[in-house]
Amino acid sequence: MDNDSRDERAKEAEPSEGVPAPEGPANLIDTDYVIGQDNLATDKLGFSIDLHGKVFTISALVTVFFVVLTLALQDQVEPLFTAVRDWLTANLDWFFLLAGNVFVLLCLALIVSPLGKVRIGGMHAKPDFSYSGWFAMLFAAGMGIGLMFYGVSEPMSHFGAAMGGTTVEDGVRTDWAPLGAAADDPAAAARLGMAATIYHWGLHPWAIYAVVALALAIFSYNKGLPLTMRSIFYPLLGERVWGWPGHIVDILAVFATLFGLATSLGLGASQASAGLSFLFGVPETDATMVLLILGITAVAIVSILAGVDKGVRRLSEINMGLAILLLLFVILVGPTLMILTGFFKNLGAYAVHLLALSNPFGREDANFSQGWTAFYWAWWISWSPFVGMFIARVSRGRSVREFLIAVLLVPSLVSVLWMTAFGGTAIDQLVGDGFEGVRDATLELQLFVMLGELPLTAITSFVGIVLVVVFFITSSDSGSLVIDTITAGGKVDAPKPQRVFWAIIEGVIAIALLLGGGLAALQAMAVSTGLPFTLVLLVGCYAIVKGLMSEPRT
Amino acid sequence: MYSKIMVPVDLAHLKVLEPSLQAVTDLARHYQTEVCYVGVTSSAPSSVARTPQEYQQKLEAFAQQQATAHGQPVSAHTISSSDPVADLDDLLIKAIDDVGADLVVMLTHPPKHLDVIMPSHGGKIATHTDASVFLIRPPRS
Repeated sequence: MDNDSRDERAKEAEPSEGVPAPEGPANLIDTDYVIGQDNLATDKLGFSIDLHGKVFTISALVTVFFVVLTLALQDQVEPLFTAVRDWLTANLDWFFLLAGNVFVLLCLALIVSPLGKVRIGGMHAKPDFSYSGWFAMLFAAGMGIGLMFYGVSEPMSHFGAAMGGTTVEDGVRTDWAPLGAAADDPAAAARLGMAATIYHWGLHPWAIYAVVALALAIFSYNKGLPLTMRSIFYPLLGERVWGWPGHIVDILAVFATLFGLATSLGLGASQASAGLSFLFGVPETDATMVLLILGITAVAIVSILAGVDKGVRRLSEINMGLAILLLLFVILVGPTLMILTGFFKNLGAYAVHLLALSNPFGREDANFSQGWTAFYWAWWISWSPFVGMFIARVSRGRSVREFLIAVLLVPSLVSVLWMTAFGGTAIDQLVGDGFEGVRDATLELQLFVMLGELPLTAITSFVGIVLVVVFFITSSDSGSLVIDTITAGGKVDAPKPQRVFWAIIEGVIAIALLLGGGLAALQAMAVSTGLPFTLVLLVGCYAIVKGLMSEPRT
Repeated sequence: MYSKIMVPVDLAHLKVLEPSLQAVTDLARHYQTEVCYVGVTSSAPSSVARTPQEYQQKLEAFAQQQATAHGQPVSAHTISSSDPVADLDDLLIKAIDDVGADLVVMLTHPPKHLDVIMPSHGGKIATHTDASVFLIRPPRS
């Protein structure tokens, strides 16, 4: 159908009331596919279900297969899955790094190009969420939990490695320092360590999320395709996207999201339990961890039933408020001047080292570029279907420029401030005060040991634990929403019990693997899906440009 | 007795709505009152429509079709939501005031145990509005 006649028809039937505003011209893709046409729907079970037959069935079977396989043959599969991941990050590191650069450059180019004027959902679409709710959800979905665990430990780690200088055996670097290290120069090592950390948590990961989210948002809200991963492939595959190629992309997205979430939930529970034990003497047993998972899942279900606006948005805003309070506390009570000047110094260090850190070829710091960067990129990319789809879902009504600034630049700056405050304080405690506690603590305890050196430890540590737990709840909530939408063939209005089902499955897998072993193995497998999804994202880049070119901009 | 009847409809499941639509037709004729058909749709593409405007067009067409059955004035009111399944009750409760209805006629299911966790939409709406609510259950058969 041509666009003029569609617009005319829309004008004729202009709603007299109800729809917030006319959405304006957009350029729908003309397809005969009806969302949900391949779905199985029934209410004979006592509640309604509405699922994509093939995607749901195969995803469920693959899930059961991998969980049983991991539980039954733990000793065999763990080395195998870990080897797959390590092989990918060691041999295809250049590919991950190169792709990451492509994503950042595309996003930056779109911000300044006229295509940035296109609005998600049509030229006159109004945003579904306020700025505060939107930012809070972007952050909670994107990396809230990671900042809690790595905010202190990663800067410390790179700082320590950089201070140690380089070591070479048989002509190969064996140290883990970024770039050329900074042996015995605390100031330079701190700058390099912060630059490396910001590189891993700044523009690149957010560009990965932005590409997936933008591609999905454009093809769903502007082009009228279902809100599911396969829609990104429409410009490339056309109508074939509704068949097996599309099924495979969607199944892979379910797999990555489900196992990424379940294993993170399992590993997170063991970390939170370590924190509780350190702070309050709670016994670090299986029972504590299972109770934590059950509690997180139960609250997540309540939140799911409340919906996006009253559930995940509200929780994200609460967490955003708590995180800001904790950040302000560390800035004010910690080395205030060092953090405030450090923010700009670290931004400068990031700018200075960015080109070298993001160089995909001829790297000498293989341990760092493969073991840290390529691993992180694979990890972010494997999370991107989940985070990207969730961001797409809540971003209708934003212009492309506004969207990219909010998804790319603002979170990057917040990450810089967070890393500077938390990591910088820990480095300052080590270099300035000679306190080695943080450096010597295990990863999950480093945040709490750092806070332990500041006043009001009991309160701040408790806030830290609450933040970790609520970030897990919002992840479980938004993850269930995403998996449900994909397995319902892109339907965002599928019955509620399905979302609850996926939240329970995540909890069950986490508990089964926590008790039976194999969390790390399955997480390695989930991270390995970063490779196929890098290809999906590169297609996404093409789709974004193609999709935006055909959209009205005025 | 009533000046405006609001009828929540789900265009994706028109067939199950038939008992309530019949009651609406009878009530509209009896009270000679306007009927406002209200639909809640997702802002993302759905099985019924790919945009909220398309949904509104379909809802208006549906309302006109119903008008031929009862001969009373009709209107159509579309509400778009990012999470229609979760927000449905609140949106409908708000819509009662927005459209100025004093009677709501809607379909509901027979009571079941799951209602404890997920109450029926009709039941929830009836407890949160001062308009009269007529809940219609599927015929016993």
